[in-house]
Amino acid sequence: MLRMENVTKTYQLRRQPVTGLDQATLEIDKGDFVSLVGPSGSGKSTLLLMLGGMLSPTSGRVLLDGHSLYERSANERARLRQRYIGFVFQTFNLVPYLTAIENVQVPLYLGRVPRAEQRDRAAAMLERVGLANRLDHKPTELSVGQQQRVALARMLANDPAVILADEPTGNLDPETAAQVIGFLEEFNAEGRTIVMVTHDPRAAQRAKRVIRLVEGRLKDDGGSDVLPAAAKRGVA
Amino acid sequence: MSLGTLVWRELLERKAQMLTVAFGIILGITTLIAIRTISFYSEKAVARELDSLGANVLVLPKSVSLQDYYAADMHDEVIPEEYVMRLTMSDLQGVDNLSPKLCVPVTIDERRYSLTGILPKSEFQAKAAWAGAGIFSRPIGCGAIDVGEPALEDDKKSLVRKRVIKDLAADEVLVGADVAARQGLKEGDSLTLLDKAFTVVAVLPETGTVDDSRFFAHLHTVQELAGTGEVVNCIEIVGCCKEIAAGLVEGVNTLLPDAKVVTVKQVVDTQITLNRLMERLSQIFLAIIVLVGGAGIANAISANVTERKREIGTLMALGAESGLIQRIFLSKALLLGLVGGVGGYALGTILAVTLGPKLAGVPVLPMPSLVLWALAVSVGVALAASFIPAWRASRLDPVATFRET
Repeated sequence: MLRMENVTKTYQLRRQPVTGLDQATLEIDKGDFVSLVGPSGSGKSTLLLMLGGMLSPTSGRVLLDGHSLYERSANERARLRQRYIGFVFQTFNLVPYLTAIENVQVPLYLGRVPRAEQRDRAAAMLERVGLANRLDHKPTELSVGQQQRVALARMLANDPAVILADEPTGNLDPETAAQVIGFLEEFNAEGRTIVMVTHDPRAAQRAKRVIRLVEGRLKDDGGSDVLPAAAKRGVA
Repeated sequence: MSLGTLVWRELLERKAQMLTVAFGIILGITTLIAIRTISFYSEKAVARELDSLGANVLVLPKSVSLQDYYAADMHDEVIPEEYVMRLTMSDLQGVDNLSPKLCVPVTIDERRYSLTGILPKSEFQAKAAWAGAGIFSRPIGCGAIDVGEPALEDDKKSLVRKRVIKDLAADEVLVGADVAARQGLKEGDSLTLLDKAFTVVAVLPETGTVDDSRFFAHLHTVQELAGTGEVVNCIEIVGCCKEIAAGLVEGVNTLLPDAKVVTVKQVVDTQITLNRLMERLSQIFLAIIVLVGGAGIANAISANVTERKREIGTLMALGAESGLIQRIFLSKALLLGLVGGVGGYALGTILAVTLGPKLAGVPVLPMPSLVLWALAVSVGVALAASFIPAWRASRLDPVATFRET
């Protein structure tokens, strides 16, 4: 489903080259649930953004369903994201001036779903995450846990095959975090592929595979007793 | 959800910012509309005043000087009346009125006056209409435009201002103010000139010119009484000043090579200078408002882009293409431009109508045609000023929406 081939990303920071990702090769199968762990600045978000077609590598290839993402234009990648990928952000990134239901309608609008259909589908998504009674509330009128659930509903709106979650539990209390991970497991059980960046060992443990990043390099944590995840395949 | 919802909700979310920008655009357009409306009406008022000074182009026989014409208004030199038809049937641009004249001396009670033959406009206009061509077959948009005054077209007294009258019968005569006073003539009186009986159809208002000492009769009657044949002493032309500057005189010269064509330079120059001044003033204000207003809008939209970076990145992550991001900001600019254009037109018109008469001393009326102009300027400036910030937004690095861990 997702593949990285010898991907390197270097930045210029104060005229000094900084390596964000170093010769990363990785394969994530359809229906997999992968946790990306590692210290701050290790390149986890860089890798996630590259998988989402939002950050071009300095070298190497990133493939989604066999299509090389960065051989396409930015707009073509946007269309692929809209069709196949759902993002979940640590800070939820809800549009502040739109209500919960309108936020969920945004990806439907981008997917050219007729307006009449948008509201019904968005309401169904919010109902699924337990927010049927919060449709017309703006983000500031919701708790952080509710905001993250709106973000999950928005992510689900276009029925994505791949979910890329960047610290989805980072701002949540343990109870709400467990609830969000529960939703992600549920989505994974439906056959969606999930890649989740996390600092939270308990959240990471719930994934099928754990991949550690250290200074931009991928490490196989398959046999580690700290993160006893099942993953041993696909890690370079 | 639609583009409109996204734009409108954001505008409502930042009401103060929106109102500040809209207010700025409204103020700019208000200034432009007020200046343009007042200057339009003051230009027309000046044109009307200058028109009342009389003809601004004279067609004279070659040997006659302008001085001769003004000094005595009578000379023996003549040009063929046929020149009138030549002018009427030509494709010359900018001729408002034509008035051929033939002056012959008459004596009443041992006092010498001028009997001036004039050709009513209806006669040569009708001939041109039969031919389906000529200078009166198209509307003329220059010169005297009355503001809120009834038209004097059918009034015989309009001769003193318009230089022509519409109709005049063979036995009718118009009397200058001086002549009427000295001879005790009034409307409806009868008198005999060159052995022909005439009826006074109007006493002309005082003009302070040689016209006050004239009798005006039909040109063909005067030609017949004086036995001159089909000739005139001069043809007065009331031409559009802009067209005179653009070559009307040269056109008449080419058409009538055997006549002398002179302009009443001061009249023409005054109006040309004034029109140019108004135009320049309007252009300078337009330039200032476009620059200052444009910079203000660009700054506001630019700040809006910076403020909404995270939102833009989120939309991109959700699959928004660069075109949509641009449209979000350009639609906002379009909306502000529309509000600014309509509001500015309304406010500018109110300002012009209320303050115009006090400032410029002329009656000012609303000019509905300026709505489109106001909208074009405000929307054009808003869109042009927002283009670069919108383009920058569409090229933002969406990575900024993620926190590097």
